[in-house]
Parts: sequence; C-alpha cells; structure tokens
Amino acid sequence: MSTPRTLGAGTPAKPASWLAMTWALTLNELRVAVRRGENLLVTFVIPAGVLLVFSAFDMTGGTASGKPVERMLPGSIALAVIAAAMVSLAIATAFDRSYGVIKRLGGSPAGTSALVASKTVGVIVIEVVQALLLVGLATALGWTAGPGASLPLVVAGLLLGTVAFAGLGLLMAGTLRAEAVLALANLLFLLSLVLGGIVMPLDKLPGAVATVASGLPPAELGRVLAIGLGGGGDATEPLIILAGWAIVLGGLAARKFRWD
Amino acid sequence: MSAVIAIAVADIRKAYGKRAILTGVSFEVQRGELFALLGPNGAGKTTTVEILEGYRKADAGAVSVLGLDPVRDGAKLRPRIGLMLQEGGIDNRTTPREVLRLYSRFYRDPEDAEALLTAVDLGAAANTRYRRLSGGEKQRLSLALALLGRPELLMLDEPTAGMDPAAKQATRERIAALRAAGTTILLTTHELGDVELLADRVAVLDRGRVVAYGTPAELTGAGAPRVRFRLSARLADAELGALAGAVGGAGARVAVAGAGAAYEMTGLTAAPDPALVSSLAGWCAERGLLLTELRLGARSLEERYLELVGADVAADVAADLGAEAEGAA
Repeated sequence: MSTPRTLGAGTPAKPASWLAMTWALTLNELRVAVRRGENLLVTFVIPAGVLLVFSAFDMTGGTASGKPVERMLPGSIALAVIAAAMVSLAIATAFDRSYGVIKRLGGSPAGTSALVASKTVGVIVIEVVQALLLVGLATALGWTAGPGASLPLVVAGLLLGTVAFAGLGLLMAGTLRAEAVLALANLLFLLSLVLGGIVMPLDKLPGAVATVASGLPPAELGRVLAIGLGGGGDATEPLIILAGWAIVLGGLAARKFRWD
Repeated sequence: MSAVIAIAVADIRKAYGKRAILTGVSFEVQRGELFALLGPNGAGKTTTVEILEGYRKADAGAVSVLGLDPVRDGAKLRPRIGLMLQEGGIDNRTTPREVLRLYSRFYRDPEDAEALLTAVDLGAAANTRYRRLSGGEKQRLSLALALLGRPELLMLDEPTAGMDPAAKQATRERIAALRAAGTTILLTTHELGDVELLADRVAVLDRGRVVAYGTPAELTGAGAPRVRFRLSARLADAELGALAGAVGGAGARVAVAGAGAAYEMTGLTAAPDPALVSSLAGWCAERGLLLTELRLGARSLEERYLELVGADVAADVAADLGAEAEGAA
C-alpha cells in the first residue's frame, strides 16, 4: 500500500551556499526598503530635493564662489549616505529586532552572519543608486568634476562614512526600542542637515556650535566628498577624523548590539 | 554521534542575574520519538528550548543536539532542525508566500513552498500582509517555515496556541504524521490532552527542575487499581455499595467524584481488566444507564500535572486562556 508522502518529512534538505542565502536576504531587504514609502522619501527624495532646491537658490548670501550646484553636490551625497546607512538601516533593523525577525533568521540555516552581510550589501546598493541619481541631477544642472577630483578619495569617504553612520544606526537599533529609534534617527537626520554644513555653510552658525559641528561625522564626510569631487584642499585631516568616528561607532555597535 | 539519542541535556543551569531559571535540568530525547516538555509559565520551558536551539548558552551542564553543540556547531546544526518559535519573527509588511519563498532559498532542495502553503491551509491568505493574519494563521505559517527543510528534528514551542479548534485538530494530525514518518519532535505545550495522545515521553518542569519524567502512562499511573466513570444519570446512595460489590468485589468502594454523575471506584485488588469493564457496563445496562465516560488507572495527565506543579498553576491557566482568547480575536 502506498501512502502519500508526509510534507516536511523525509531526507533532509541540504543548505544553500552562504552566498546564495546572503543574496536571497539582500533581495528581500531591498524589496522591503522599496515598499516603505517614508524610507524612499528619506533616502532619495530629500537628498535630491536638497540638491535641486538649494542649487537654485543661493543660501550663502553671495559670499561663496563657484556655482551653487558645486557646493551642494557633496553635501547632498553626504545626506544620502546618512539617510541610507543610518536612518533607513537603523529603523529597518530596529523593527526587525522588535518583531523577532533577527531571532527567527538567526535560527534558520542563514544565521546572523548572512543577515549582517545582506544588510551591508543592501546599503551599498542603495548608495550606488543614490550617487548615480545625485550626480546625474547635478550634471544636468551644469556640474562638472573639478580639476583635483579623485574617485578613490570619494569612495574612501563613502566607505568610512557608511561604516560610521551604519555603526551609529545599528548602535541605536540594537539597544533602543523601535519607536525610540524611529524618532531619534529622524531627529539626527534633521540635525545633520543643519550641523553638517549641508544646506548652509557651517560658518553661518554661532562660533561654538560651528566648532563642535565641524568635527562631527556629517561635516567631516561632507569635507572629504567636497575635496574628492574637485573642490580643492587637503583631505588628510577629515579622512583621519572620519576614520576615527568609523572605528568608534562601528566598534560600539558591534559590542552593544543585542539581537533580541 | 549517537544513533539513538537526538537530544541529551545533562544538568543544565541558567540564571539571569540573581534569578535562577534552570537549576539542574536533565533529559534525553530519542530519535524518532515525540517528546513533550510541560510546565507552568515561568518553569523554564522556553529557556530550555532556546538553549537547545543555540540562542542561549547554559551557565553549566552539557547539551548535545543531533550529536552537535548548538552554540559552537550552530551553522552545521541549523539546516537539520526546524524551529517554530512562540513569537512571530516575521516582518509585518511581508506575506506568507514571500516569507516561505525567502526561507526556501536557504536550502538547495527545499520542500515546495506552494504545497506547504496549501497543506497548512494558508492558500487564501498567501498574499495577505503578516500584520493582517489571525493568530492561528501566523502559527500555521510558522509551522510551514519549520518544515521547509524536511528537518530531522522539529522543535515546536506551543504550536497550537491561538488556533481555533479545527486548526488545532489539523495541526495535531500533522504532528502525528510527521512523528509517524520518523521526524524527532520536541514539543512544549499546555494542551495536556494532546500530550496524552501524541507524546512518547514527557518531562514536567517546575521552577527550573524536572519534577516528572517518563511515558504518559507512567506519569498517570495507568494500571493503578482505580476506575473513574460518568453515567447518564445519578445513582442513589444505596446503589453505590451494590455497584461496588457486584463489579469490584469485596473491599471495593464507589464514591461520588466531582460534579454530576461522576464516580470513582477504589479498593480494587488488581488493575482494572477487561472482565471488570464488561461487568461495569453490564451492571449499567441492566439499569438502563449509559456509561458516558470511563477512565482506568489513577488519573488523567492533567490531574497528575496539577498535582505536580501545585496550585499556582490555576492562575497561569486562567492567564493562558485569556491570552489565547486575545490571540484568536
């Protein structure tokens, strides 16, 4: 007598390769990211909007030289990195954590290492799309790379900035309630607009505030990107400070993050 | 690696700060058996299961799952076990079909996701966002996820919580079929009736210790010289003695046991046998009474369980019922 096979019983399935699992999770991350309207607003619409609006209106009071778009592009890319690596990653991870998604995946064949890798790849994919979008818009507004432009410097700045902001984002996501992360990440995003020298130069801020703000990751990332895109100057100091932030914030996140 | 033992737990201890959760838990689960871990809320069931799943590390003691260390060998172990956790663990914005497809990509040759969706009766809800699923639908999705890899060992943490009676019955049958097909199953549950029917062996945890361990028959004292029964109508007091003498012989007594026409016969000289059952049914038939319930041996698993874990359980049961009602709503 033959009986129907029992679903879920029988020869155990073999696990997929780590790369295949990571890729499946990355596609899932991106699909969920695209589905979150507020996330698209923060990661794409606001940085692009900042670039377009502030390139059209000179907020410096005529003190700065060059085309407005040349001043705005580095800051809007920095803002895009902050949105993708900190705001979006922090909020998505905090809700994953509160729903138990991280715990559930941690008990699956994928484990947490594939999950962390997929989130990293997800952030990089979003940043590449952001960079193409922003550089494309800037080019349409008449931007051209300056004489000292250096792609390796831009990439180094993006990587260090991503580690620093992802570290900050995961530090929040791994230690605070999801609702608190939602509020705090958005608050830090708004502060970055002002304290990062993105919509207006830092020297428009009161002296003490400007001094502190100039050493924070948003401003340092903006400086590295400005030099890398051909704005001129020495990138050594901002690179070192940004690397320091990446080590501190990345290290704190790795030490303090709680999966459940 | 042992061919016989699927899970070996030897004297594990776990404390969170000063609060001791497990104070020396030992048991073994054999391959192919259905093992039930029982105990009131807070007894340490979930902590024990989470140690077996590699989510937590015991402070002391030894744990082996399919011959592996759940923490150190987690990557090797995870593809071979299927987990059904208590909480959701699924993104509110994704659908059952998406989640099953995602998890099926963690295996080279997984069970068919669509077939599983149909099997757990989620076909109609396959494209509904997780947030909108009922408690029972969420549980069924979690079970389907656990089965994708055709696991050697299934760990089910309260699998029927929040399900309606029909879904509970279907899930019970599915678990029994998996057990019959050779899957080793570790189950935690409050459904003691299920355990009595399904489990090969049972461990009862209370306040971080194993207070009883054995087959359901061993725990309930099947074979004890006792008969419980319920009739379609009450007996007059004078009839109790007559019944005891006619059916149980000298020394037997029949007393009222609980509300309605429920009785207990004690004082038997041996375990109830077929002749006794036949004679009891015959005595009733002569008087036009119907035997509506009959239990041979000491007590139900539920009664034995309540004896073991004490009166504080009553409050837990009430809380569980409340939680289930919420989950179902």
